[in-house]
This record gives sequence, structure tokens and C-alpha cells, in this order.
Amino acid sequence: MIYRIEVGTKPGFRDPHAEEVHGAIRELGVPGVQSVAFFRVYYLKGTFDRKAAERIVQELLIDPVTQEAALDAKLGEEGPDIWSVEIAYKPGVMDPVEESARKAISDMGIRGLEGVKTARRYAIRGNILEQDKSLIIDKALANRVIERPIQPGDRIFFEKIEYQFKLIEVPLLSAGDDELLRISREGQLFLNLEEMKAIQQHFKRLGRNPTDVELETIAQTWSEHCSHKTLRGLIEYNGHVIDNLLKSTIVRVTEELDKPWCLSVFKDNSGVIEFDEQDAVCFKVETHNHPSALEPYGGASTGIGGVIRDPLGTGLGAKPVANTDVFAFGPPDYPREKLPKGVLHPKRIMKGVVAGVRDYGNRMGIPTVNGSIFFDERYVGNPLVYAGNVGIMPKDKVEKQIVVGDAIVVVGGRTGRDGIHGATFSSGELTSESEEISSGAVQIGNPITEKKVVDTLMQARDRGLYRAITDCGAGGLSSAVGELAETTGAEVHLDRVPLKYEGLTYTEIWISEAQERMVIFVPPDKLDEALALFASEDVEATVIGHLTGDRRLRLYYKGHLVGDLDMEFLHHGLPRTVRRATWSAPEHPEPDFPEPEDLGPSLHRILSSWNVASKEWVIRQYDHEVQGGSVLKPLVGAQDDGPSDAAILRPRLDSYRGIILANGCNPKYGDIDPYWMAASAIDEAVRQVIAVGGSRQRLAILDNFSWGNTDKPDRLGSLVRAAQACYDVAKAYGTPFISGKDSLNNEFQADGESIAIPGTLLISALAVMPDVRKAVSMDLKRPGNLLYLVGDTKAELGGSHYFALHGAVGNSVPKVDLELAPRIFDALSSACGQSLVRSCHDLSEGGLGVAAAEMAFAGGLGAKLDLRSVPTSDGTARSDWLLFSESNTRFLVEVEPDNEAAFCEALAGLPFAKIGLVTTEPRLRVTGLDGRLVVDEDIYELKRSWQEPFRW
Amino acid sequence: MAHSVRTIVLRAAGSNCDVETAFAFESVGSKAELVHINRLVRGEVRLADYDILAIPGGFTYGDDISAGKILANELRYKLADQVEQFHQDGKLILGICNGFQVLVKSGLLPSGHIRDGKQQVTLTANDSGKFEDRWVYLEVNPESPCVFTRGIEGRITLPVAHAEGKFVPASDGVLKELQSKGQIVFRYVGPEGQFPAYPWNPNGSVDNVAALCDPTGRILGMMPHPERHLDPTHHPRWTREGLHAEGQGVAIFRNAVEYVRRHL
Repeated sequence: MIYRIEVGTKPGFRDPHAEEVHGAIRELGVPGVQSVAFFRVYYLKGTFDRKAAERIVQELLIDPVTQEAALDAKLGEEGPDIWSVEIAYKPGVMDPVEESARKAISDMGIRGLEGVKTARRYAIRGNILEQDKSLIIDKALANRVIERPIQPGDRIFFEKIEYQFKLIEVPLLSAGDDELLRISREGQLFLNLEEMKAIQQHFKRLGRNPTDVELETIAQTWSEHCSHKTLRGLIEYNGHVIDNLLKSTIVRVTEELDKPWCLSVFKDNSGVIEFDEQDAVCFKVETHNHPSALEPYGGASTGIGGVIRDPLGTGLGAKPVANTDVFAFGPPDYPREKLPKGVLHPKRIMKGVVAGVRDYGNRMGIPTVNGSIFFDERYVGNPLVYAGNVGIMPKDKVEKQIVVGDAIVVVGGRTGRDGIHGATFSSGELTSESEEISSGAVQIGNPITEKKVVDTLMQARDRGLYRAITDCGAGGLSSAVGELAETTGAEVHLDRVPLKYEGLTYTEIWISEAQERMVIFVPPDKLDEALALFASEDVEATVIGHLTGDRRLRLYYKGHLVGDLDMEFLHHGLPRTVRRATWSAPEHPEPDFPEPEDLGPSLHRILSSWNVASKEWVIRQYDHEVQGGSVLKPLVGAQDDGPSDAAILRPRLDSYRGIILANGCNPKYGDIDPYWMAASAIDEAVRQVIAVGGSRQRLAILDNFSWGNTDKPDRLGSLVRAAQACYDVAKAYGTPFISGKDSLNNEFQADGESIAIPGTLLISALAVMPDVRKAVSMDLKRPGNLLYLVGDTKAELGGSHYFALHGAVGNSVPKVDLELAPRIFDALSSACGQSLVRSCHDLSEGGLGVAAAEMAFAGGLGAKLDLRSVPTSDGTARSDWLLFSESNTRFLVEVEPDNEAAFCEALAGLPFAKIGLVTTEPRLRVTGLDGRLVVDEDIYELKRSWQEPFRW
Repeated sequence: MAHSVRTIVLRAAGSNCDVETAFAFESVGSKAELVHINRLVRGEVRLADYDILAIPGGFTYGDDISAGKILANELRYKLADQVEQFHQDGKLILGICNGFQVLVKSGLLPSGHIRDGKQQVTLTANDSGKFEDRWVYLEVNPESPCVFTRGIEGRITLPVAHAEGKFVPASDGVLKELQSKGQIVFRYVGPEGQFPAYPWNPNGSVDNVAALCDPTGRILGMMPHPERHLDPTHHPRWTREGLHAEGQGVAIFRNAVEYVRRHL
């Protein structure tokens, strides 16, 4: 028996979801829609009677105050002017409500439930043209990747499909070059000819063909996503060969800096540094770009879900304490008619991504505390979604032990067909058919499953019930077991893996990227206790095999040997390819325009640019205070709405020791020189830490490269240059890299043309702060206080917002002074440590003008500045240049008159100067080089310009 | 001899403010234990061994179907007798955010009864249509019998972080009764005490209701998070206004613990 239940809002109550959908339809420009009503639909399949179904409706499914329901009937109005459309998940897509609904119905004592599915019905009133209906479904109601419109009578529950075991061999031995490439392409293996030949050679020596699961395992292990073969390979760059770019730049700087507080770097799922005597903190940032392009909500939520499992899978497991997110999208006002085929509109992608991060992070109870968003037309077809997570763990739990004989236990979610080929898919370019062929790569997350896993794993860790842990990320069990058991070998019985539904082949089980799964290695004598612990909180944990000691990866399905691989070949058989890289400095035209008399309008325009404008709409949707450790929030100031430079939180509630999280990223500078882009990103991340009262005493950074197709020499050349800057700058700043990730092939094929994203390097910073009560916020505090500009201002406007207003990129990219910058950081840290700084803001996009405006309106106070006092070593002689230069390593600092002498002493010998003061009158007044006012603006008007763009 | 106060912080799948809620009780002198609901249901732990039941914030069971509903039903179907007895014994119950939603949907608030408790009010989707984290001002009702708020005067500031916090009574009669019995414990107000337009009333709650108690005053449910304003560094403007002696959420926990010491 299948019961169909509709739940709707009673008349007289608002329905925010219906209003949102109506708004989305309006934005599509479809005429004729008068109203939208929304009904949640439940399908209950079971052997219970109608009376029980009615109980479920009344006692569980509706809120009796605001909702009404109909069993096997429709709610709302019907008629010729009402178009009714129902959206359900596609078959095989996990319905996240099913598990909790099952539990709730069982709690009621009702037996015989076989399945629960949910759907959404919209009753749309108006005169809607037939051709507009499919547009509304695709763009406002459903995501075709995971959902489908259904008609009354359509099948909701599907029969179980039994899987008949059949061992599949891939005829590799006899294949010629074309055939090898065909096998790679059609199997979505993304392996090139040389790699296919290496596999062929290996199996020729063995005298047999590989099975499908063996080939898949190799493809996944050798994927760019898992092996980083480009950056670890050989690169011929401007005439010389770089052997392992990562090792010779990013890893090398960490080795040379050799900080004793770096506890585990570049070898585990995240980088680990010492927090205090007792604990360590770890940090990882991942990308989830390609899935988010297809299904923004699911892509972003599984991105955050996935990165949370990195600290959880580090050492013996860290408790997640903070999330970060950085996105890059096309402009939200991008014209619809210009969108390439198969591409979602940037605004829809952004809304979906934000909702995905929000729902997953909030439900996990992890505060999302730091982030930023970049907009550029080149991200239209290929948005970027970086998700980060910080965890805390006892220092004696930083290392794993891999011991022969330990049981391999998979903990958490069940395995389904979701996310098949994610690792290889993320390593290839997107095409307009990507949505069609790769939709299996999109996964749906269930944060509550993951929360339960975290809750129980932390208990199991503290009771010493396992010796190693890792996450099932890209590549699924294949990657998790394959990597962790590299030194011992493993035997896995794939038929023992719990499945969401029947019908998966042994290969699908092995490579599925179903979410919320961790793998732990449990000593045999602890197995019973471990399994009982997980069971006590309804977390599924299943023994699927054990560690063997023969360095072979052996896979079985119902007793049949389906895979038998040599760990040595799997992990070290990948042929190293030589890639060519070139870079030459581009020539951009220099803008030529006279200096405007009034710089106020330019300031307003920069403040309201997508990149600079307030992201409050995003930030407030994230719970940034859960876990109770919030010290410096992402929004600060007199009205809690100014842009904080960094987040500070206390991961342990019984201590005033804290961590600072910040990020630096400015892809625009890369259009001039990726070297200085990378240098600027590091400088920005570090100076944000300094700006909130931190220091570089214990400051670690992470690199995340999102680049175009690095098979193309110019793309790879720009990456080489960025990596070289990473070495030079991190070395000079004394800030080791502790972890990183690269996402290559971020290109989009449209109409035969390949559009690459701008090479985008995100630098994330994690710093330990000994006493969070020394924190400094960026909002102006008191009239009469002095304003100091710290750092050297040069005519560095290449890639700046000011030049962008004039349609130019220019060439004078901001550089960093590797000798001077660390001294400036330390001097300012010292001043903050002595409580000499009342507010401080780093100068970045939009330079001094934007920083001063933000400080003023965040504090609800005015400021007077005089550009004639600005320290400039290159003698910059234009007021607009001084006001909007984006030179690095600069801060605007508020100092009480009483502390002036001490502050000046702290900064002695460095470029800094008093350039103004805080005023009661709420205006920002800037005197230009000729003594005239070049800015005279009401701070509330400036604030309005800054807040207006994202008032969604 | 001082009574040793024991608080049970109830966990379920998706609870996530449990640790800081337990920390809050411990910081004012109670013992606090995090207990998974399965242990209560299986009888490994008894409510009777505790003085204060705290249901923390979070997204129990994903807030699937509606916020707090599934845990509320679990209490009703599996633990109603224990909960009812706990309350009759004069003990205290505090629900914060998702915990408040649970109390309301189980019927415990506002009636004080879970057995045959009928849902009389609800907490539904915010008017803004989205989850929001922001600090709000609350005015305490001096007429309320609530034991958690004794001695709190005037306005306090706490953060809210929810998507479903809009208070709606089933009828005008229900609201009038709540008003007349002083069961509305906190109302949202503007920063200067004025009528709170959005965002000061962050969700569109009827009569600006932010917290309710039962007629005895021993059950308190509130959408704002007192456990997020314990330390002076929690305050969103402490870098402007300086560090106070303690956060404004502490009194709620201290009152609960002192009530138990005096009366149990």
C-alpha cells in the first residue's frame, strides 16, 4: 500500500519557501505568474492500515498550528489557471528525509513501513505559456541532475534490482593505441596513452588482462585528484626541468623553516600544528568545483562534508571546530542570454552553494567563521568552491599505526551509486554535456549521519579503540583502503559493505563516493567494544576485511577474487610525464585618464563592486557561533556589520588561548604576474592575522591552486611562477605551508572554445593566539583618536579595483618587500600586544579609500585623512593613486593620543605616518595632495553603497 | 551540606550545542553529563537521578519533517512518564533553540505536560525565509514565574541562530492566557527598548515572544542562546565596549543551579 500525503501552510500563514520560488520565477522574467503555493509531499509505503497512516499525518507530519494535510488527496485550489507540478528525486538518489522518518514512525509503534519518499508540489496560478513551463521547472523548481518532474501515477518506489555477479575482464593485452584510448575514454578513466601503456605492460608481465575493478583502482589512484601527478611530475620550464614542483617549492620551504610546532605536515589528511601543551590543531582546505557547477547545493554541501572528514581522518581523528569557505562565481548580474549551454546562472549557483554550505555546516554544529567571494566572468562556466575545516585533537593522537591483522571497519553512511567517478571526473574538463554524462558524480550529503559519526568516533578515539583512521573521499573505499594499507596490503570483501540499495556491482561498491563514511583499522581485541559503541548511537560500523602483510590489495566478492593488485605498482607505477611550461609577461595597455577632482564617486563604485560589497547576506546564514568559542566574529562594529579581517575563536572553552583564521586571494593580479599574485595572497593572509592582533610566531598557511588545463604550457607556466613565489615569500615570512591541494583542468568547453578560469591561488592562514583578549577589531572606536598608515604606498594599481573602474588592468602589480614586510608585521604585533592599537584594518582591494570607509562606517564615526602625509617611497604624486593603490603590507591603525609615543616607538625605523584622526561628525574627509578635499562623503551613504548589492 | 546539583544534557542525533551547554552548567557549579537519548530509552540512565534536564540546540534528526519534531515525539512516546515525573518532582527543564522547539512540539510548553500534551503554540519558519545568526536584545518579563530569570532586570543581549524560530500561538486565546499568566519570559526589543522591527525581532514572532515558561516557571524554552554569552569575549562588541565581568547568559544557568540548591 502506498499512501500519498500533502502538507501545506494553512491560510493566513506565510510560506517563505513559496515566496522564494515565486521570486525566482520573477527573476527569470517569465510573465503571467500571479501566485505560488507549495506543498510538501510524502509517499509512505507499507503494510499498515489507513488509520495508522492518519496517525502519522496528524502526529508527525504536520505542525497543527500552521499546517494542514490531505491523505491521498490534494490541498489548495485547482482550476484551469492553476498549473500543478510535482518534483521528486530521480531513482537512486538518496532521500535525506527517509532515515529520520523511518525512525519517527517506528517510535510511534507503527510497524510495516517499507519506504518513505518525499516530493514537492507547486500550484502556480497564472497564465503561463507552455514553453515557459519547462524553463520554470529547470531554472526555479528542480535541479535536473538529481530531480525529475513527475505525473500522478508515476512510479515513486522502485523494485529492488538483484545484481548477478559476473567477473568482468578488460581486454587490455591485445589493445592497440587507439583501443587503449577508447577504453580510457569510455570507461571515464581519464588516463592518457602513456599511462594506459604502463598498465598494459604491467599486465603483460602478469600474463593476464586486468579486471574492471583493478583498472578502476589504478585509474583512481593515478588520477590528478589523488596523485597530483602534474605538480609532482617533471616540468620543463623556460629551458630547465623542475623535478616535482610541489616538493621543490611548497614542501621545501616547510622543511627549511623546520618549525618545531609543525607536528604533521603534507603526509596526512590535514596539516597539524601545536596548539598548547595538551592539544594540536589541524587545518585542511579542499576544492569541490566541478560538482558545484552541476548541482550547486549538493556539490557545496558534500564539499564541506568532505573537508570536515579530513581533520576527522587526520592522525587518530580531530574534532572539527571551524569551517571556512571561499567561492568564485560569475557576476550575479551576468546576462542570461550570454550563458553558455548547460551552464547554470551565477546567481543561482551562488545561492545554491551558500545554501549547501549553510545546511551542512549548521547541521554539523561547526561554526563557519571565515571566507570570501570573488566574481569574474571567467568563472561563469566553472565556479570555484573551496571549503576548509579546522580540528583539534590531543597531541598524542597525531600519528596512526598500521598493524597487520587489524580489522578494516567502515563507519557511517551506506554505500550507493552516488559519486561514481568523482575523482576522475574532477580531474577532467567540464563540457556542456557534463551534466548529462557525469551526473553520477554528484552526491547528496546527510550531515546528521556525519554528525553521528563524529560524536561516536571521538569517543572511540579517546577509548583507544582503533589505531588508524582515514576518510572515504574521492575514490571511495578504493582510495581510503588503498592508501592507508599501502605498506601492509589488505583483503577486502566487497559484499560485506552495507548498501543503500541492491544492484551495485562489486566495482561500484569499491569506487562509490557515497558520503559520510570513514574507515578505521581496529585491533582484533578491541573489535567488539568498538562495534558496540557505534551501535549504541545508531551508527553503522561493519568489518569488511583486514590488513594482510603481503603488500597486495586483494578484493573479493562473495568468495570470488575480483582484484589482486601489487601495492608497489599501484602506488609507484605511474609513469612520470614531462609537461612543458612557459610564461612570459603579458603587456596590458596602461590606462591614461586625468585625475578626477572628486574621488567620492569612485569610492562609492568600488564599495559597491561585487568583490568588495558586504557579504552579510551570506555570513548571517552561517552559524558562526556554535560551539561557544567565538571571540572575533566575521561581522564587527557598532552595529555588528563591519567586515572583520579575520576570525578568532577559542577551540577550548576553558582557555583564553585561541586560533586566528584568515585567507588571501586575488586572482586579478595573476593577469599581470602570477608570481606577485601568489606573493600578494600570502601577504594578505598574514596581514589579516596581524590586523586582528595576531603574530607570525606560530602562523601556518595552506595552498590551494585552482588552475586551468595544465597540459597547456601557458597555464602550467603561470602555476610554476605562483609556486616559486610561495617558496620565496613563505620563507621570508617564516610561515610554513602545512597542507595544500590543487584542482587543475578548471576549464569550460563552450562552442568549441575552452574558457579557463583565472589561475586562482587561495592562501589560508591558521595562527595560534596566546591570549584572545588582545584581539583588535577594525571598527573605529573613539573620536579624537589618531589614524596611522603603516607601510609603504606605491603607484601599484595594476589589477586594482580603481583601474578596473577605468576598464584597465595595467601592469604595475603590487609587489612585496621580503625584507621590510616581516619587520612591519612584527612591529605591529608588538604594538597590539602592548594594547596600543584601538582598531586596525588591512589595506587590500580598493586600498586606503576602502579601508578608511569601512573602518568609519563600521564604527559609526567619521575620519579625516590627509594624503600629503602618506609615506610613499616611489614618490607617487597623484591623489587617486595614493587613495586606491593596492600596495601590500599596509594597515590603517587607530591609536589613542595617550599611546602615540609608545606606538611610534614600536614602529620606529619603518615606513609609517600619522595621516588623520577619528571624528564625531559621520563624514569621511580626505585631503588631496593639492590641499583640496578629494573625498567628502557621509559614512552612512558609503555604507549604503557597500551593503546595497547583496540585499537579496 | 550543599546539595550537589546534577544536570543531564540530552543528546540525540544532530544535537550540537551540547558541549557548551554542559560547560555553562559546570561553570556555575553543577555537574553536567552529556547523555545520549538511547541510553534513557534503553533504561541505562534514569532522569530521576538528575535535577536539571537541558535540551540543547542543534538539528535533531536533521530537523527533517519540522524542527525538533522527531525528538519531541520520541520524548512523548518513549519517555513521557519519566519526564512527567521529573517535572512533578519540582525539577527544572531548559530547552534552548532546538530544545525549545522540542519542548513546544512535545506539548511540554506551554502546558507543563507531555502526557496527552496538545501542541498549543509553534515555532515556525522565520519571516526572512532563511537561517540567521545575529545578536538580539531581550526584555525580561518581571511578572513571569520563571525561576531561571530571577534577578535579571531590563534588557540583556544574546545571539539567535535559527531558521525556524517564529513564535505562533494556535489562537488569540492561547496568547492571552500566556500573557496573563506571565508565561512569556523574554520578548525581543530594539536596542533602546523600542518596538522591535526586523531584524530586532529576528523571525517575525507574534508579540515578539522569544522565550516561554510553563505555569510553574520551572520549564523554560528560549530561542536565543544563553550558552553563547558566558564569557565576556562572546559579546559582539567587546572590543569597543570593553570586557564585562561575565556574559549576560550566565545568570540563567546560575539561577537554575541556585534554585535546585535551595528547593531540592
